[in-house]
Amino acid sequence: MLPIVTTAFTPFASLFGGVLIGLSAVMVMGLFGRIAGITGITAGGISVVDPTQATARDWSWRLAFLVGLIAAPLLVTAVAGEVPHSVPTDLWGMAAAGLIVGTGTALGSGCTSGHGVCGLARLSKRSAVAVLMFMAFAFVTVFIIRHVWV
Amino acid sequence: MRILFGLLSGLVFGLGLVISGMSDPAKVLNFLDVFGAWDPSLAFVMGGASVTAYIGYRLVWRRPAPVLMQSFDMPDTTRVDAPLLTGAALFGIGWGIGGFCPGPAWTALTFAAPGTLVFLPMMLIGLYAGRQIKARMSP
Repeated sequence: MLPIVTTAFTPFASLFGGVLIGLSAVMVMGLFGRIAGITGITAGGISVVDPTQATARDWSWRLAFLVGLIAAPLLVTAVAGEVPHSVPTDLWGMAAAGLIVGTGTALGSGCTSGHGVCGLARLSKRSAVAVLMFMAFAFVTVFIIRHVWV
Repeated sequence: MRILFGLLSGLVFGLGLVISGMSDPAKVLNFLDVFGAWDPSLAFVMGGASVTAYIGYRLVWRRPAPVLMQSFDMPDTTRVDAPLLTGAALFGIGWGIGGFCPGPAWTALTFAAPGTLVFLPMMLIGLYAGRQIKARMSP
């Protein structure tokens, strides 16, 4: 059992950060006419190494988006200093989690951003079902790991 | 232009992830731990993001086309099918184990935690595998 890192309740920072995420989704829709789904953007961005994929023709802005995503914390730490960050240290677990997340989001055509933020904003029923499904499974998984499997 | 504005959009998204705490797996896992170290912060992230996108989408949809492309190109599938349900369930399990969904996994890269450096390449392999499986499930 891994130690549980406690975190502070941050309603204002979280709300502000959430508004920024929504703003980025609106930028992507207004500029590119697309859903700001990180699953699709990742697949499109890395299709530069596999041009047989259908999304290959529009990879340039998606790859640039990923660069922005990676660069963001450098900007925050330069301005505000250290930010709290704690990643699980069980590397086999993280490897399995990565593989499952990748497979699941590709199969389910989206993740927290595509189905969550953008799908809900579009009032897509399909996305709402996906959100309920992955939230339920995430809650149950954490419950089992932290309270059953101790 | 596309590259510049793509970069800018990604930067705003990433800033949102870091400021909101969503790029910190500890915070995500505590949000999911309702009966333990519960931290409800992420409800505010999802709420803020969805409401902003809901309002903003309706404003930009008044234009006949997006600024840098020919037309709006939205997913047109409405069917709730087996790949959607299986995929979302799997994603939920992986999210609950690692505390990372795809966006934060990219954003956390420069913090260079060993867990992140293992998670991200495995996620990319999974994405590739998932696309192959999906192509077979729904021809």
